[in-house]
Amino acid sequence: MQAKGTPDMLQDKDRIFTNLYGFQDFGLKGAQSRGNWDGTKGLIEKGRDWIIDEMKSSGMRGRGGAGFPTGLKWSFMPKESDGRPSYLVVNADEGEPGTCKDREIMRNDPHTLIEGCLLASFAMNAHAAYIYIRGEFYHEASNLQLAIDQAYEAGLVGKNACGSGWDFDIYLHLGAGAYICGEETALIESLEGKKGQPRLKPPFPANSGLYGCPTTVNNVESIAAVPTILRRGGSWFSSFGRENNHGTKLFAISGHVEKPCTVEEAMSIPLRELIEKHCGGVRGGWDNLLAVIPGGSSVPLMPKDVCDDVLMDFDGLREVGSGLGTAAVIVMDKSTDIVYAIARLSEFYKHESCGQCTPCREGTGWMMRMMTRMVRGEATLDEIDLLWDVTKQVEGHTICALGDAAAWPIQGLIRHFRPEMERRIKEYRARIAA
Amino acid sequence: MSHLRRPAPKELQPVSFAFTPENLDKAKKIIAKYPEGRQQSAVMPLLDLAQRQTEGNWVPTVAMDYLADMLEMPAIRVYEVATFYTMYNLAPVGKNFIQVCTTTPCWLRGSADVVDTCKKELGIGVGETTQDGQFTMIEVECLGACVNAPMMQINDDYYEDLTADTTKAILDALKKGEKPKVGPQSGRKGCEPLDGPKVLKAFCGCGAAPQDADASKGDA
Repeated sequence: MQAKGTPDMLQDKDRIFTNLYGFQDFGLKGAQSRGNWDGTKGLIEKGRDWIIDEMKSSGMRGRGGAGFPTGLKWSFMPKESDGRPSYLVVNADEGEPGTCKDREIMRNDPHTLIEGCLLASFAMNAHAAYIYIRGEFYHEASNLQLAIDQAYEAGLVGKNACGSGWDFDIYLHLGAGAYICGEETALIESLEGKKGQPRLKPPFPANSGLYGCPTTVNNVESIAAVPTILRRGGSWFSSFGRENNHGTKLFAISGHVEKPCTVEEAMSIPLRELIEKHCGGVRGGWDNLLAVIPGGSSVPLMPKDVCDDVLMDFDGLREVGSGLGTAAVIVMDKSTDIVYAIARLSEFYKHESCGQCTPCREGTGWMMRMMTRMVRGEATLDEIDLLWDVTKQVEGHTICALGDAAAWPIQGLIRHFRPEMERRIKEYRARIAA
Repeated sequence: MSHLRRPAPKELQPVSFAFTPENLDKAKKIIAKYPEGRQQSAVMPLLDLAQRQTEGNWVPTVAMDYLADMLEMPAIRVYEVATFYTMYNLAPVGKNFIQVCTTTPCWLRGSADVVDTCKKELGIGVGETTQDGQFTMIEVECLGACVNAPMMQINDDYYEDLTADTTKAILDALKKGEKPKVGPQSGRKGCEPLDGPKVLKAFCGCGAAPQDADASKGDA
């Protein structure tokens, strides 16, 4: 049953986040003992173009969900300032259900992120970086702030950072409980002290972002991987994973596995291998698997027969009608009420819709209410098609992707579990007829 | 869920608000994080500071007005922010503010048991506060600790890998005024597998891993 081309388990020497589990000191001393902040000045001296070229050759695609090539994104930033400053903004608003990887970086390996901010900011001609962390991550923010203070004291950031001649400031900004602020322009609005409602694009943040200045928003994991990529070379990073899907990646596996965990693995690892090697397998064995949501709540679920040999990367999951997203793997065994599992996600999106676009504000409510009835089968058979139609009315008709994210889980459910939905409706109708 | 994003009724609203000298000092440092003229960016951290200062862990309307003055922004813009973001409590909550995550990854691992235990042990429903003002319980959306599901947040602390029994133990400790151990209640340290890290063992000091330290014989 193993997919062909199975790589060996990633070796520890090739793991970027060596204190992922927090058994060592998260502070500066511990970080330096793990190789962080080693020769940072030398990396800066190689110049902006070298850094961006290495990032391009690494094949890194953004780790926040959309998978846009990181080096390419950086190259959109203006090379020369027109008088406006440039900003790096780090998206640490981790809130996609299933996702808990950036949390581990920030509380256990924060210096990887801080060093990454310096290098990325330098490459983008930015003298300041803001890290926008979700407000609930109080202890994670405390650790990160402590690490930032240490970095300032040691002269690693601040004026003449690392003795490189580059001035660089780094600030932490706490959110206050809004999933939508994980969307980059909503995050920028929020950072400006407003409601987190996404902006229309264009203009893109690289032209007009934070305070109307050129801005790049990157995920924590993307930035925190930068120092290691630059030290070991883009070709090292690109030696993992399939073409167009390179690198190592943090996977968070939750739900019905024996031992849920977060682990760094090579991209393109088969899903089954990921679950069986690292999580002790599906609860009750592989054959007890019902479905997997492979990339956080926003991507469509995959029934077991797809899970058998799918590879965990952007293209592999797209080919089967799902997506890698944040690589948050939510496993559901045969005991799961699959309709409720998705209905609960519909409730989530209803709660988190910012209310700006009508199709999303109203549509998430419609979808949630219909899904709530579908759980009990309290519907008619043709309402399944109506529900499908509602998802299509929302999808693609909103400023940001929250509308799509609310639609896709339901579409996945209808696509793969329609018979189960029909069974509930028939049973319900039989009950009320009796 | 009865979590209306509206200011508390008038009779609950205090008539004045001002930062304590210590908090005023903190506020100045926060404002200094943002460029000249962009002080509005500080509204979220300052609302948080105001909430922490206020008895009952909430943001009264006068505090919003106070911040509007401080940050030179229209009061309505502060109200918008305070009502948009769910972490600002718009009415007083209990001393122990319990937020149980019930989104799908937590639900799959038994968050319903956690909610039921809270209801039973505290004698309150979702969104309610105990008579003595010690506990408020609400259901919230994903708190980003899914491999340690189910979990709840009490004030600033995460309690993870919960069962009905460990939930009860935490509530019992809080009732006695004790501080329960924060984090996973299952014996593991963080997000590693329950029986100890399978990878990065050299970085985890094998002894520190609970149970067998030899779980992944044959790993590459």
